[in-house]
Amino acid sequence: MIAAIIFSVLLIGGFGWFGVNILKIRSNILLGRDVNRKDKPGERWATMALVALGQKKMFKRPIPAILHLGIYVAFVITQVELIEIIYDGITGSHRAFMASLGGFYTLVISIIEVLSVAALIATIAFLSRRNILKLPRFQKPEMKGFPTFDANLILCMELILVFCIFTMNGADEALYLRGASHASHEAGSFGFAISSWVGPHIFGGMSTETLLVLERIGWWGHWFMVLAFLNYLPYSKHFHILLAFPNTYYSNLEKKGKFTNMEAVTNEVKLMLDPTADPFAAPAPDGGAPQRFGAKDINDLTWKNLMDSYTCTECGRCTASCPANITGKKLSPRKIMMDTRDRMVEYADGKRKNGKDYEDGKSLLFDYITEEEIWACTSCNACVEACPVNIDPLAIIVDLRRYLVMEESKMPTELTGMLTNIENNGAPWQFSPSDRGNWIHED
Amino acid sequence: MMSTIHVPTMAEMMAQGQTPDILFWVGCSGSFDDRAKKITKALVRILNECKVNFAVLGAEESCTGDPAKRAGNEFTFQMQAMMNIQVLDGYEVKKIVTACPHCFNTLKNEYPELGGKYEVIHHTQLIQELINSGKLSLKDGGVFKGKKITFHDPCYLGRANDVYEAPRVLIEKLDAELVEMKRCKTNGLCCGAGGAQMFKEAEKGNKEVNVERTEDALETHASIIATGCPFCNTMMTDGVKNFNKEHEIQVLDVAELIANAAEL
Ligand code: SF4
Ligand code: SF4
Repeated sequence: MIAAIIFSVLLIGGFGWFGVNILKIRSNILLGRDVNRKDKPGERWATMALVALGQKKMFKRPIPAILHLGIYVAFVITQVELIEIIYDGITGSHRAFMASLGGFYTLVISIIEVLSVAALIATIAFLSRRNILKLPRFQKPEMKGFPTFDANLILCMELILVFCIFTMNGADEALYLRGASHASHEAGSFGFAISSWVGPHIFGGMSTETLLVLERIGWWGHWFMVLAFLNYLPYSKHFHILLAFPNTYYSNLEKKGKFTNMEAVTNEVKLMLDPTADPFAAPAPDGGAPQRFGAKDINDLTWKNLMDSYTCTECGRCTASCPANITGKKLSPRKIMMDTRDRMVEYADGKRKNGKDYEDGKSLLFDYITEEEIWACTSCNACVEACPVNIDPLAIIVDLRRYLVMEESKMPTELTGMLTNIENNGAPWQFSPSDRGNWIHED
Repeated sequence: MMSTIHVPTMAEMMAQGQTPDILFWVGCSGSFDDRAKKITKALVRILNECKVNFAVLGAEESCTGDPAKRAGNEFTFQMQAMMNIQVLDGYEVKKIVTACPHCFNTLKNEYPELGGKYEVIHHTQLIQELINSGKLSLKDGGVFKGKKITFHDPCYLGRANDVYEAPRVLIEKLDAELVEMKRCKTNGLCCGAGGAQMFKEAEKGNKEVNVERTEDALETHASIIATGCPFCNTMMTDGVKNFNKEHEIQVLDVAELIANAAEL
């Protein structure tokens, strides 16, 4: 009875708090400007199915892809067991579904166990890749401190979860064999693929009292880990397990080389080229306050840019393929995404605390991302191509450049010259436009 | 060996009451850069040989605005784009070929929203069409027979527009051995020129991007680095010079390879 009450309080509290955090993240994402990503639903569903569900881009690197797949499938399947845990927790029953499902129950638990072993192996492999083999993409400066801790913490939580599952099932198996389990009793074994085989070897010699305690430790441990994981998610790069789906659904479906068209500029340029045009014919965008050209801070970016930043798993595949980063420049597309997220959280929390007119005098550009970083980008799209969840760091970089150039006229001096040449000579170099056809007659 | 080239301008054709089938958009690099001009001429020789009814804009062409847009100056870009669109529409241009992936990308993807809608193809795609339709034939046992050639994917042709096959098909037509670099196609490494980098000093680092990329090419032991972009061509040529390998490995545009093999 008391156990059922404690369980239910944890259930409501845990899921409730998670819900609160989800709403907070949603409102943070909606700080961004609007952008239409609702067209072509068919293509969007297909992209999501391939990239998020099917992990198509992960398979560019087969070893991590297989390990990741192990954890991913195990994670999803383990949630099936959660239904029974919740039912048992509230009603005070034990393995409530076993009697009614019979052999199917045995099968499902067996699958869970086999996949849990796969997840265990993968988790250990991932921990060693990060901490023993020290893969270069996990050792970049932006990974110092919390990001590395976060990654390791999640992996350790996974380890604990798997140990809980096997303690729970293994101890219960030993009890069952003695007819001492709380599960509706038939003679013999549960018949689970792993615990019924390994369990008796480990737990068989223990006293019934110890086993009852161990089984409970496994069961409650499993439940605590689920709640802890759930409520840690919104603070972690592991949030990608949820956001990968909407994020790939709302992918940019245009050719990667196509940069966005700035309509506000189009209207002004049309007026410049045709002075007779009606200046009031084109309504101001949104009718509201004039928009900044490009992006200086979070609210100049689009909601998709912000969703991207929450979806980033900090895997560093973008950075590992970035020509600027490879050749030692400060630019790291992963850092662009992490900075965007950190700044968004800081800005949104500030507003929530101090009212919506609050400004902290900081901005994404300058305080988080430096000019040196964004000018190193060759706009090659390698980062966009590499990202397993279709994140577009280049879109943010371009908008930051636009702000610098169009609002502050701050750019490397050679670029000022190049732009002047285009305006005056119709070429980035200082040649006379009338010489443009000279090559035809030269040897 | 080289015959004189025949390059009509749009204005000349218009004066004679003719409309060409295709406009050759030469681009700033192809018009002014000495190395790139050779690529421009190679393509013209191919067009002449196949009797393609084309024309150029000559002095009426202007920068597409690509470097301005990548550098973040949307104003300069759109001014250029709108002026170019006026010229193109004035000549009722329908189809454009360009030897520069930056011009290709901008004309194809970024002009439509400003009102400029054309069918735009890259020169490697056009040459492939010419060969497929039998208008251009390569004598076998040409100069490149059996040579090892590696192809450097230009970012704005490959990743930006998913054109990976046309240049490769052409290289294979040379009876040459196409050897891929470890980073190729979707995983290709930039030459370092894109995003307006061509026009500025690189940020502080430990290496130039073109040097890193040239290492990839040298590793293949190819005798030719094939390119499909005048900027890549410059970057790779500089990279090869950096290693003092200019006598062992040549940097040539795919159009030059084809023109040479066809003895044009
Ligand atoms: S687009 Fe820019 S940030 Fe992305 S990989 Fe290329 S150089 Fe790096
Ligand atoms: S942006 Fe994508 S590729 Fe880069 S670290 Fe984040 S998830 Fe990985």
